Amino acid sequence: MFDFLDSGQYDLLGAFWVTVQLTLYSAVGSLVWGTVLAGMRVSPVPLMRAFGTAYVNLVRNTPLTLLIIGSSLGLSQTLGFNMGGSTFKETGFRLAVLALSAYTGTFVCEALRSGINTVPVGQAEAARALGLSFFQVLTLIVLPQAFRAVIAPLANVLIALTKNTTVAAAIGVAEAALLMKEMVENEADALFAVFGIFALGFCLLTLPTGLLLGWVAKRVAVKR
Amino acid sequence: MTSVLYDVPGPKAKVRNWIYTAVFLVLFALAAWWILSVMADKHQLDADKWSPFVTDGRVWTTYLLPGLGETLRAGAIAMLIALPLGALLGIGRLSDHAWVRIPVGAVVEFFRAIPVLMLMIFGSAFFVQFVPAVSSDIRPLYAVVTGLVLYNAAVIAEIVRAGVLSLPRGQTDAAKAIGMRKGQTMVYVLIPQAVTAMLPALVSQLVVILKDTALGGSLLGLTELLAANRQISANYSNTIATLVVIALVYIAVNFALTSFASWMEGRVRKSKKSTGAVLAVAEVDDLAAGAD
Repeated sequence: MFDFLDSGQYDLLGAFWVTVQLTLYSAVGSLVWGTVLAGMRVSPVPLMRAFGTAYVNLVRNTPLTLLIIGSSLGLSQTLGFNMGGSTFKETGFRLAVLALSAYTGTFVCEALRSGINTVPVGQAEAARALGLSFFQVLTLIVLPQAFRAVIAPLANVLIALTKNTTVAAAIGVAEAALLMKEMVENEADALFAVFGIFALGFCLLTLPTGLLLGWVAKRVAVKR
Repeated sequence: MTSVLYDVPGPKAKVRNWIYTAVFLVLFALAAWWILSVMADKHQLDADKWSPFVTDGRVWTTYLLPGLGETLRAGAIAMLIALPLGALLGIGRLSDHAWVRIPVGAVVEFFRAIPVLMLMIFGSAFFVQFVPAVSSDIRPLYAVVTGLVLYNAAVIAEIVRAGVLSLPRGQTDAAKAIGMRKGQTMVYVLIPQAVTAMLPALVSQLVVILKDTALGGSLLGLTELLAANRQISANYSNTIATLVVIALVYIAVNFALTSFASWMEGRVRKSKKSTGAVLAVAEVDDLAAGAD
């Protein structure tokens, strides 16, 4: 039933390794971009708030597939931004990371913003009474507590991101979903075995993430 | 505008805010100018790339509107099947009988862990192999709907479960006290109230379903809205303009869906049939992430 695995025709581990890499790079990208966005959305400057709100609402209502295809067809092929990638493989990977970060950043931003709301008003007031500026209040007092409060929601964002990396198949990044598509076409008689392998692979990727970060979230929670 | 993070601005803070605004504006303008100049270099701003969407009605009647129709059709079918199925699974997960609760829980957790795209690919191969009666021109729709239903029924089940669990314990006790059976308690007391609490969460899931139909276009050959981009840009060679217009259509439709839902929520809440509890985003896993 699983003999197609012995043929050496399919690089199963390689495909899942691409999935893992996509997830890690996009997680870092979206965490940075999401934090910047959240900072803008709570800032005292109306123009930045407006930009943050508009960005989040527009990008969240656009399909991720459109963003990824747009980064490939629009950014790369039409405008010639190749993200420094020299080969087709490299370029596709970097474009996918860019689109995934741009999309996932909005969810990180919203999670962080709800985390900022969990910090009691008195803390910020006390910080201001000490003479800290907005930037200092945000980075020294509020964000560290907000991050600890939103680890569980961020874990869910990370799990969704792991699943969303499959969309990169739309621009030919050789990750798990693309390999699965190839395998179900070639090994039609082993459809359930193929599906089972990929399902198991994703369970192995997402379940430990949820458990580990759930445990971390409980440990670092700010007791109030 | 005041907030936890800053006071009502005094004279100094006002000046500082103006400086920040100016700096941000300059940076934003520079970025915009850079992007626009690159686009102009590649002739993406030429009038003939954008004018077809205004002057040439065929772009809309031949490609965009049929594509939007297909997107809405796939989304609507998936919603109509996934909503009741998800409700059933959610109630099953709350069952008192372990032989119902455990298998239903396993099914829900399994389908929530798998990317929706993989379920669509599986669905497509499944119909090719086991249901040859589904002809190849309708197969993409079947595959997309199958994938969407399997995944979203599992997510909706979690929403329903969280909605019912968010109700005060006293509701069940009161229903028991007046002699209602378990089924009656669920149907007459818990579900109607849970629905109000669930509405925001359910609607963001409906938006996810609508967005996910775009996967079918790029990988399974469904002729939905995003897939229209290939034909339009082949005819008018205006990739960027087409993608921007398609994105705007998606945003408009999803925005309409969300606005309708908040209007509905207001109405339901006014009729005072609920406890007024609203499901926090963190209570339901996939919502926070808007799994696409």
